[in-house]
Amino acid sequence: MSDVPINKRRPGSNLSVPNADALDKAADVEGRSLWQDAFRRLKANRAAMISAIFLIVLAFICFVGTAFVPWSYEEIDWDILEATPPNFATGHYLGTDSLGRDLLARILQGGQVSFLVGILATSVALVIGVSVGATAGFVGGRVDQFLMRFVDVMYAVPLMFFIIILMVVFGRNFYLMFLAIGFVEWLTMSRIVRGQTLTLKNKEFIEAARASGGSTTSIILRHIVPNVFGVVIVYVTLTIPQVILLESFLSFLGLGVQPPMTSWGALIAEGAQEMEITPRTLILPAVCLSTTLFCFNFLGDGLRDALDPKDR
Amino acid sequence: MTSVLEIDGLTVSFSTPDGDVSAVSDISLSVDAGECLGLVGESGSGKSQTFMAALGLLADNGTATGEIRLDGIDLLSASEKKLNTLRGERIAMIFQDPMTSLTPHMKIGRQLSEVLIEHQNVDTKTGWARALDMLNRVHIPAAERRLDMYPHELSGGLRQRVMIAMALMCEPEVIVADEPTTALDVTVQAQILDLLTEVKDNLDAAIVLITHDLGVVAGLADRVAVMYAGRIVEQGTVGDIFASPAHPYTQGLLACTPRLDVETEELITIFGQPPNLQNLPSGCSFHPRCTYVVEQCKSERPALEVMNNGHIKACFRPHVEA
Amino acid sequence: MWAYFTRRLIIAIPTLWVVITVAFFLMRLAPGGPFDQEAPLPPEIMANLKAAYGLDQPLWWQYLNYLGNLLQGDFGPSFKYKDFSVTELIAQGFPVSIQNGAAALFIAVLFGIPLGATAALRQNTVTDHAAMTVAMTGIVIPNFVVGPLLALIFGIYLRDTMFALPVAGWNNGALPNRILPVICLALPFIAYIARITRAGLIETLRTNYVRTARAKGLPFRTVVLRHAFKSAMIPVVTYLGPATVFLLTGSMVIETIFGLPGIGRYFVQGALNRDYTLVMGVTILAASMVIFINLLVDMAYAWLDPKVRYE
Repeated sequence: MSDVPINKRRPGSNLSVPNADALDKAADVEGRSLWQDAFRRLKANRAAMISAIFLIVLAFICFVGTAFVPWSYEEIDWDILEATPPNFATGHYLGTDSLGRDLLARILQGGQVSFLVGILATSVALVIGVSVGATAGFVGGRVDQFLMRFVDVMYAVPLMFFIIILMVVFGRNFYLMFLAIGFVEWLTMSRIVRGQTLTLKNKEFIEAARASGGSTTSIILRHIVPNVFGVVIVYVTLTIPQVILLESFLSFLGLGVQPPMTSWGALIAEGAQEMEITPRTLILPAVCLSTTLFCFNFLGDGLRDALDPKDR
Repeated sequence: MTSVLEIDGLTVSFSTPDGDVSAVSDISLSVDAGECLGLVGESGSGKSQTFMAALGLLADNGTATGEIRLDGIDLLSASEKKLNTLRGERIAMIFQDPMTSLTPHMKIGRQLSEVLIEHQNVDTKTGWARALDMLNRVHIPAAERRLDMYPHELSGGLRQRVMIAMALMCEPEVIVADEPTTALDVTVQAQILDLLTEVKDNLDAAIVLITHDLGVVAGLADRVAVMYAGRIVEQGTVGDIFASPAHPYTQGLLACTPRLDVETEELITIFGQPPNLQNLPSGCSFHPRCTYVVEQCKSERPALEVMNNGHIKACFRPHVEA
Repeated sequence: MWAYFTRRLIIAIPTLWVVITVAFFLMRLAPGGPFDQEAPLPPEIMANLKAAYGLDQPLWWQYLNYLGNLLQGDFGPSFKYKDFSVTELIAQGFPVSIQNGAAALFIAVLFGIPLGATAALRQNTVTDHAAMTVAMTGIVIPNFVVGPLLALIFGIYLRDTMFALPVAGWNNGALPNRILPVICLALPFIAYIARITRAGLIETLRTNYVRTARAKGLPFRTVVLRHAFKSAMIPVVTYLGPATVFLLTGSMVIETIFGLPGIGRYFVQGALNRDYTLVMGVTILAASMVIFINLLVDMAYAWLDPKVRYE
């Protein structure tokens, strides 16, 4: 028979008296929120940090730089009228293209368009994707089945073809383009949001919210959406380069922005035509586009690792 | 007589971004042929990692120092090639979670026979025949049909029997069962324990039974070792441990087990939480939760001392055998 | 298992129908017609042209007519290439695109899977990081950048060396003409497949059943090839569906850059020329291909993962 003094019948009794020292030690371990943990991991990822800084600087240059460059992107320098190498005297810091337009100004303008389309189209995809995904995941049942079938069907279709058809049908409207692109990209976003919602739905704090009388919409807005935020951030960062790529692709084929407006894709197309004579007109915008896409991808990967390290 | 399996001064540590963590600190154990050793402890006590180290299955960030001798061969310093000749053939492990421990796209028969084919060079036909034989020995009904089935077609209890059969294929000298019943329903637990009793009676193997459940240990083990925070705190025959536990943790574990023959109004617990392995209490790791704690416990870690009859404890408190 | 296949087939058919219908009505919504590009024609001639192409009929009639013709394999006449029917154009262009696409996919699998597997087996070492950066390059640099760059290098800078490669024209499928286009097409796929293989293999190697396989004393090579690989390949197979879509869109760029007479280039020209029937014909063909490949992928699933057969 063991000789442990046990108070079996007193409510709340335990084997030993709480040890004050131990409790003090417990208080020393600081709580760390999930976001702080994630941010710490992100900061440690050098590639991601460098990419983030580079992107901010590049965006800044593209949007602010046009005010500081002597030429505008569509202005033809009538004194030159052909491709020339960089020349500080004339103010063409990167030279001109084959029509005599300033290359630097065009690259900066192209950057503006690419970034703008990237952000706008991604926003469209975000809004649609999160709405559809959260609703499908949370409401479940027939609504979920229907929406997911719809997404499945759309996945099966070569949507690029439809974008192009849309561009052909309605003309090469800038706003239409990012609507069309956004409309294509929301699919993946909705699937991810739906998955996350499903996981969250069954967690206890949702039960608690229901029990305290929250309506379905308020639960979606106040409990599910903030928790889905992390996953969404990662995919937004990875969607932006996809969108920029899509737009560049369209412009390259001649189905995107209308001249004289330009984007990096259009510049690459022009450069490809002239590459025998002036490879500069091809290489410079190509480098800009590629590095931007690289940086977004590094950043997105970094965010993903920071928020969910086991995925590494 | 040297034991079949001897663990000597084993330390297992993992390197994490927050520093190194020792899951197992300087433990020594041995198991003889025909004997069943029960290894008891909470999650995080290091009991599973001890044998992960033995089988060379530690995670990439884990290192094991010390010696683990299987019939004199040191497993920790063996090459991967050498280890592969021993694993599955002379030392086998039955894992905890039968639902995920079988390869989903391979037929049961293949998963069983490949152990034999690999180690004993039999041909496929013989391999499958012996697999069938083994399924029958673990009492799986309709064994012939099951050979051709995939794991998802079997229930949890059947899958655990398959895991046991797989471990037995080459008739190894050491069988390690890591929480073999934890993931199963209570009724199935009883059946599996009966099976393990049968295995113990029929084979001359050394069996290690890792569990947190003292009830499981009582029926099967000959000797018991209790682990806490990566160290052994008590070791002895099953009779000694149950009748006369020396370490307060063991006493606590025994008191916590609900019993049908004693009337209680509420369940007993051991106050406090299992320790954070990265931030262990000073002195004896158990002292924050111990009823008998004195000043010495907080500053000095008690070494293992042998009492009579091979009963070992790591506690400053004097023990009187009941 | 046949039930599984039939069910998949039954879903596929309405999907195709939806594609056809949407494409049809979208093109008909266009404000301009296929004849508006040219100098304005006298109204009587316009009327005659429209009648000849059936464009003066009510919309629903045109739609049913189109469906009917489709079922007989007739995609209608090309509005731009007046001497050809779309069916003929497709028949000419399809083999070109298919050969390039299949070759690209083959190369991608041939190089991508070992690259990804090596990275997975040497996770977090220099080899891994190097391999994955190379892979990322393939994904991030668009094929309309790589194409012209390769053309620049091999067609112009190396023009007088033995490394010179033709950069324009199909030349009836001569091998030197195929090299650059196929490589261009394949590069992003090698990258994607490498990444997916790596992720899949890492995930699989962490499972409990691979741990069991190792505990059984099987040599590591056997563990990877026999136990881990099949499950690890599931995401790669999943990718083949969207990969077909990328191949199709990729072919638009590649064929335009290298001047190959494939359906990708016909589509682009058709889009720029508002050649409705051509655009629709290629779209429908593309959709059919994607649906077909998805069916094949579903069949492969059933082989890779026995649980799926009973869904």
